Amino acid sequence: MIDDIVFISQITIKSSIGVLLAAIGEIFAERSGILNLGVEGMMLVGALTGAAIGLAGGPPLLALGGGMLAGALLAMLHAFFSITLRADQTLSGLAIAILGGGLSNFLGRPIIGEVGIRLKAFPLPYLSDIPVIGEIFFNQSVLVYLAYLIIPFASYVLFHTRTGLKIRAVGDDAVSADVIGINVTAIRYCCTIFGGILAGLGGCYLSLAYTPGWKENMTAGQGWIAIAMVIFSLWSPYRAVLGALLFGGLTALQFFFQATGIEVIPVYILLMLPYLLTIGVLILVMHLKKGGKDGKSPRCLGVPFHREG
Amino acid sequence: MRLRLEKRYTKPQNEQLLIAVISFGLALLVGSIIFLIYGANPFLAYGVMFQGAFGSSLGFTEVIVKAIPLMLTGLAVAIAATMLLWNIGCEGQFVFGALGATWAALYLTPDWPSYSVLPALIICGAAAGMLWALIPAILKAHFQVSEILTTLLLNYVAIIIMDHLYFGPWRDPDGMGFPGSALFPDAAALPRFFDSRIHLGLFLAIAATIVLHILLRHSKWGFRIRVIGKGPMAAQYAGMKVNREIIRVMLISGALAGLAGMSEVAGIHLRLQEGLSVGYGYDGIIVACLAGFRPKMVPIFALVLGGLIIGGEQLQSSMHLPASIVQVLEGALLLGFLASEALLRFRLRIITSSSPSPSTNNA
Repeated sequence: MIDDIVFISQITIKSSIGVLLAAIGEIFAERSGILNLGVEGMMLVGALTGAAIGLAGGPPLLALGGGMLAGALLAMLHAFFSITLRADQTLSGLAIAILGGGLSNFLGRPIIGEVGIRLKAFPLPYLSDIPVIGEIFFNQSVLVYLAYLIIPFASYVLFHTRTGLKIRAVGDDAVSADVIGINVTAIRYCCTIFGGILAGLGGCYLSLAYTPGWKENMTAGQGWIAIAMVIFSLWSPYRAVLGALLFGGLTALQFFFQATGIEVIPVYILLMLPYLLTIGVLILVMHLKKGGKDGKSPRCLGVPFHREG
Repeated sequence: MRLRLEKRYTKPQNEQLLIAVISFGLALLVGSIIFLIYGANPFLAYGVMFQGAFGSSLGFTEVIVKAIPLMLTGLAVAIAATMLLWNIGCEGQFVFGALGATWAALYLTPDWPSYSVLPALIICGAAAGMLWALIPAILKAHFQVSEILTTLLLNYVAIIIMDHLYFGPWRDPDGMGFPGSALFPDAAALPRFFDSRIHLGLFLAIAATIVLHILLRHSKWGFRIRVIGKGPMAAQYAGMKVNREIIRVMLISGALAGLAGMSEVAGIHLRLQEGLSVGYGYDGIIVACLAGFRPKMVPIFALVLGGLIIGGEQLQSSMHLPASIVQVLEGALLLGFLASEALLRFRLRIITSSSPSPSTNNA
């Protein structure tokens, strides 16, 4: 029984990291007022770049850096279109998602299924010896530990630093932020690109640690789930962890049912649940907002900024 | 050096043509770069694609076959976008249309007189697409939940339901374990024309184009939804029932996407199986954008995109280059559309420190 719980919990964490990293990146972008629907494409391109560099014999750090750079480049494209050209952010994001998917499918064709780097579980000394907890939290891949660090860091920057204040100001009221001398364009560019970096890292996690090797569309919609999770989290990194664990938990249950042959809930229902739960949360969030209990959503989300004159 | 956009006060002539030329120019350029990275000759590759799509009558009939679902999903996106609704869920509504048609063909109509089978399929396909669009419609109208995310998430749910059905309850009992439903009876197959795979769906799509064009341009209802699209608040103050129109438009959109799914399963595959959902719903977004969200332009760009898809297949079979280049070109097309639109609305100006004020520089 304990063993089963440890097994499920460990896989829950493992399955939630990719989507969590992407969601935290998107929180920054949306907090600054930029809706980036291209997360799926940025994750895929990041995953492919990481896997390809690993296969070519590059060291893990280079593979990670390459994956993050690939995500950043696509994000920069989105930033250029939505900030500089003031294009429709929905369409620009969709275009990035389609483009990223196409690029990774096309360029990744020759290396499908080949594995270069495999970031295995790395038990942390001492911590992994703690009974139950050690096995669940500290017998994971290095990227999982990196995510443990990124979560509080992201939350600290966003809510306890001047930079975070500026980001939120730009997302809530770009015109006033501009008046008091904040560079709206620069902040939005930086946040969007930071989102791309984390989406690329999330993709790398999938192709280097979670299921090593490149497969077409290996993100399987996680980029879209990440976007929904941002709303679920009411734009807060800590609450995004909750959403990601929920998603990871459902994935872990699938594994558990497959491994043991017990099927308490039919698998196809389990597969649907993350999407349905997310829709449920969207309804709840909008309901709370109606009641005036939510002042958290960035008010300038999706609204291009330009100084008149 | 900085980039700066300034508003244009005069519209360039031939706006639509300019947008198309810039979009396709950019897409071809991006595609060329990708071909070069892959180590292929772009001129040769584009030549093969063009030859495959428009070089033979067989190829061209296949382009039309692809254009049928693209026209219907393109119309579905365009009608919703007229009201500023983004129906990203055409893929799911397409799948549901196929499910509705399959149910009608295999479980509802086997004993029906043959003349009534096709109408039943068409109605069931459209109704199933509407049903799947009703969920995001209600959520948007009554809970203000963004239709962008709900329609998109429901695509995944629809595909999971379809997979479950043809792997499970609807699997062909005589299929020797092959995942897929039983073959449709003859009466449930859409008639084909011109010695090709072109099927009845083409005429449905053309009829839908004409009807939508007339409704949008020449009816009171069309006027209403265009007004709502220009300014929902103003429309509300003018006494228009915006919520009711949201639901109505989403239902029409869903029905069109459902018809696309119905015509694809009953016109081409003749059974529910893997490979049915290949992204026609997403392609419809690109068709609708390039068409400027105007129904009468949709068929033209559906043909163009159909040509791209067939060209991509040709590329794969004769040059062994992945057909996913089409997806790259589609993404680039959409970006090209956005860029050209921005350039028509604004004038892009490069500001260096030596040109301090915009008024001194008459470009």
